[in-house]
Amino acid sequence: MSSATVKSAYAAGIRDGLPFIFVAAPFSLLFGVVATEAGLTLAQAMGFSIVVIAGAAQFAALQLMVENASIALVLLAALAVNLRMAMYSAALVPYIGSAPMWQRALISYVNFDQSYIASAARYEARPQMRVAERVWFFLGVSTPLVPLWMSMTAVGALVGSAIPPEYALDFALPITFLAMIGPMLRTLAHVAAALTSMVVGLVLVGLPSGTGLLIAAACAMVTGVLVELWQERRA
Amino acid sequence: MTYSTAEIWLIIVLLGAGTYLIRFSFLGIIGDRPMPQIILRMLRYTPVAVLPAMVAPLVVWPAATAGAPDPVRMIAALAALLVGVWKKQVLWAIGAGVVTLYAGLFLTGQF
Repeated sequence: MSSATVKSAYAAGIRDGLPFIFVAAPFSLLFGVVATEAGLTLAQAMGFSIVVIAGAAQFAALQLMVENASIALVLLAALAVNLRMAMYSAALVPYIGSAPMWQRALISYVNFDQSYIASAARYEARPQMRVAERVWFFLGVSTPLVPLWMSMTAVGALVGSAIPPEYALDFALPITFLAMIGPMLRTLAHVAAALTSMVVGLVLVGLPSGTGLLIAAACAMVTGVLVELWQERRA
Repeated sequence: MTYSTAEIWLIIVLLGAGTYLIRFSFLGIIGDRPMPQIILRMLRYTPVAVLPAMVAPLVVWPAATAGAPDPVRMIAALAALLVGVWKKQVLWAIGAGVVTLYAGLFLTGQF
């Protein structure tokens, strides 16, 4: 295969990744701000953005840490938020499953919502793409986003400590979570799952931190699956 | 937050390792061996099952007001949720929530 097609696939990936800058930069900045508000150091906030690279899970972990939940519960809840990435991983197998291991290992590190969504759209639209082109396209999408995600957390952590309390930063986290939930409500099953989660979460709020959350999440997942099955049977 | 420095780093490293394993799972380990349909279905609902339970108590009993329900924060929360449903864009929704929150705080003389 010519390296020219691989290079152009990489360039196309970068181009498709650029618009996501406007999503990743403020989101990461906010994580830095909220993390320092919660008491993390600059290095710890950056540690999250470099080692974990997963916005929603980082915010979820932070919230439970603010509540002084046990370490096991912090991990369980944040990893539950990330379980959707197992779906992304599975969906990539038919496209790049035959790539060399180091490439699959690298893509796994940078497999997040935006890089997966942009790449899956491209793979579907162009079935004639070769495996190497697909790999480099994926890495292209991640190229502008990953360094930005890491560096904007640092900026947020540095400016965050200078923001006074009347700016109500306490509410940045809830607003961010709610803003993430809205676009997820694509089907009736998703809405039913979200409502179940909310109601059970509120009812069980008195349980030790994080426990009610796990019960609510389990109930909500089962609700989502049941509604989906019920809709299929009616269709 | 009452964790020691070592505990915080333990959380970061374990969360990073766990997240990586989730991302690597099918692509690096399982491959295209068939998975039970029910598991794939449950995975689809995890984010939407976890986040509302986490956020609802924060909206109803905010920490900043020592747990007293606050209409300003509740309306801002509703704005973020509704604009997210409407625009399907996280940033639009954050913007709507922040603008509503500051407008409310300003109108009630808290800002």
